[in-house]
Amino acid sequence: MKDSESGLEVPETAHAGLAIDRRQFLKLVGSGILVTFFVGDLAVLDADAQRRDYPADFNAYLRIGADGRVTVWSGKVEMGQGVITSLAQMAAEELGVALEAIDMVLGDTQLCPWDMGTFGSMSTRFFGPALRGAAAEARAVLLELASAHLQAPVAKLRVADGAVFLASDPHTRVTFGQLAGGRRIERHLAGKPALRSFAEFTVSGQPARRRDGFAKVTGTAKYAGDMRLPGMFYARLLRPPAHDATLKSVDTSGAGKLPGVIVVNQGGLVAVLHADPEVAARALDAIKATFDVPPATVDTDTIFDHLLRVAPPPEEHERRGNPAAGEKAAATLFEHRYENGYGAHAPMETHTALASVEGDKVTVWTSTQTPFPNQQQVAQALGIAPEKVHVITPFVGGGFGGKSGAGLQAVEAARLAKIVGRPVQVAWTRAEEFFYDAFRPAAVVKIKSGIDGGGRIVLWDHRVYWAGSRSAEQFYDVPNSAVLTYGQWGRDAAGAHPFATGPWRAPGANLNVFARESQIDIMAASAKADPLEFRLANTSDPRMRSVLRAAAERFGWRKSPAGAGRGQGIGCGIDAGAYVALAAEVAVDKGTGSVAVKRIVCAQDMGQVINPDGARMQMEGCVTMGLGYALSETLRFKGGDVLVHNFNAYEIPRFSGLPAIEAILVKNDALTPQGGGEPAIVPVGAAIANAICDATGARLFQMPMTPERVKKALAG
Amino acid sequence: METIRFTLNGRPTSLEVDGDRMLLWVLRGELELTGTKFGCGAGLCGACTVVVDGEPVRSCRLAMRDVRGKDITTIEGLARDGKLHPLQEQFIEHGALQCGFCTSGMIMNAHGMLQKNPRPTREQIVAGMDDNLCRCAAHKRILEAIEAVAGTK
Repeated sequence: MKDSESGLEVPETAHAGLAIDRRQFLKLVGSGILVTFFVGDLAVLDADAQRRDYPADFNAYLRIGADGRVTVWSGKVEMGQGVITSLAQMAAEELGVALEAIDMVLGDTQLCPWDMGTFGSMSTRFFGPALRGAAAEARAVLLELASAHLQAPVAKLRVADGAVFLASDPHTRVTFGQLAGGRRIERHLAGKPALRSFAEFTVSGQPARRRDGFAKVTGTAKYAGDMRLPGMFYARLLRPPAHDATLKSVDTSGAGKLPGVIVVNQGGLVAVLHADPEVAARALDAIKATFDVPPATVDTDTIFDHLLRVAPPPEEHERRGNPAAGEKAAATLFEHRYENGYGAHAPMETHTALASVEGDKVTVWTSTQTPFPNQQQVAQALGIAPEKVHVITPFVGGGFGGKSGAGLQAVEAARLAKIVGRPVQVAWTRAEEFFYDAFRPAAVVKIKSGIDGGGRIVLWDHRVYWAGSRSAEQFYDVPNSAVLTYGQWGRDAAGAHPFATGPWRAPGANLNVFARESQIDIMAASAKADPLEFRLANTSDPRMRSVLRAAAERFGWRKSPAGAGRGQGIGCGIDAGAYVALAAEVAVDKGTGSVAVKRIVCAQDMGQVINPDGARMQMEGCVTMGLGYALSETLRFKGGDVLVHNFNAYEIPRFSGLPAIEAILVKNDALTPQGGGEPAIVPVGAAIANAICDATGARLFQMPMTPERVKKALAG
Repeated sequence: METIRFTLNGRPTSLEVDGDRMLLWVLRGELELTGTKFGCGAGLCGACTVVVDGEPVRSCRLAMRDVRGKDITTIEGLARDGKLHPLQEQFIEHGALQCGFCTSGMIMNAHGMLQKNPRPTREQIVAGMDDNLCRCAAHKRILEAIEAVAGTK
């Protein structure tokens, strides 16, 4: 079923159980002009994909059909970041068709070639150029066909609105559909085709309305939890009270007495199923279980010292000059430690999956950023070949990195569906979401830095514990600089964290930038320099200078006195190839310690901008979401017991905390598109910390900067 | 089981249901209206908001027996005769959504709010929408979309 407004193929049950030999799957695409291509973010195809029968030379393709419509198949997913609009814009641009003529088929392991997943602000950066190349190749094929059809040399032809026509006589024309119909032409994009230049663009670079807007405002957009199959059950699973707890005893007899409830207790799965999710919930309440819970050794406050204690030896990520020499050259040294607690992704859609087993095949509709790895996980859990597992990704209700993990809910749904022989939906409750999230790891950054008598930075020693090096790269002109990492998120983490950790929007970057840009302000204050001037004096990077100036100018940096309790702060960073600077004004209530962010100006150079409106939307989202990690989001825990069970205990940004936000795109059309989904979030904490210090003189070294911590800092 | 009659999206509706069940699950279950979303199950996020007799209500906390005789509008009932409601139009126009999962609740909460107060100030809109959560953080555009409908900007 196709949703004609959104252009997104809405998967339906007809796909279930369809057997396709991987090597044959292109043949199912039907007639038309087909161009396969390879997306550059997979310079090395994952070994897993190579072992299997996925094509080795392409991982996406597009087709022009007899109806003139253009379909793009890709393993990426739409989770709100807007790729079904921006990718379609790029294809439309190169092909010369209207945006409305493009359909996107995303995240379906049977219809789409293998893809690693949707994360890292990579879709537009890496997918975009490849897709444009394929579209350009298709256009070249269409021009050749049209040349024969219209009996005119290609040079005399023009392309627009899905048709080829004579430049001299636009009425002598042939449509893409006429050219593609009844043919079967396959091309593979090998070399670099001639792309239209950014200056020629008419679709890209123009604001486009979201193509999923209609479906989403009418409630017709389908998410994993909206899929319905005849005879399906809703499952609830018995969960431990804490991570690492072990089940001692379980009595499911009470649950089994409820009419229509099916109890499963098999291979570590204790679940109750019913056709009504509320009955399943009541049945779960009726289960009596006891667990052995290991004693808690860490909690919300002691975790940082623990993480420093158990950190593995450092890896040198970046070095220039000699830090020892820098220390000698410094007139003043600064040494500080910065901390950030665990963070939850808290997407509005909890992890959800519906699984259906028919014969030896499994179909899973699931909310994931990584459909292909999930396919593997489900196959492993069921002990079947990955080819037997068909993962379909409907619209995803927010990811932020949190749906790129183990695909646990899909595995649970598939295992239960196999056991009970009926389709099974597993939709996590909010408490389960807060329990099984792969949290942003708590982490520590230690920085030792120094300036000479002239206010030049001569030493930078940046050590990151458990957050990785993202956005820690040095762009200040420091002759002696090193970045060392002790442990990363997502690996070497055994014994470090009491629960799973994983990537959270711009993983590690928020802490790295908070630490660096706070340290910069501390040094500027010591040098009695304005924070903006200090930054400009210490970096010659033209892109950084231009975003700093753009943000400061629009913000009116230091143009007027801030007033009592008010302060201004600035911070900047590089993430996913984009440069971003952010200026913030805050009002601090010294009595309560609460911080109100009044306004934020964010300037970003992300190279060519495919959809300016979409890019600003991502920037505003980054800035607003960033308020949460900066000010309020505290994941309280005691050992493996996550003390947050719902939104009343985990304060994400709300309307009442919204500052006036201005998002500025700093023009840089000479550069291909860079990341857009994450960069603007990285300087939010830093700019607010600097503004709080400007307002009160109090320096915060730990995020989130809650009222309690602000009051503590004010007390000195 | 009891017979519960109410008006749903303008149509008289009669259901044989357990009166303890929550409206959200009846909507998403036998009524097959999945536009109303589950987000928290505790009335804390607003994703399940519907309009009941002109008031925005969290359907995850509204028992079926309290629905008796009420006039209920869900996101599916907002567009009439194929024409989008102004809130739906302005949400599209302003790009006031990303993943879209909170969108039904946002629109229905705003719809209920505007029925009570058609020309709210920015402060009143913020207060009226404050318990509806959006993790993609489209707040700025959501406020602008509502202001456009209210004609207060």
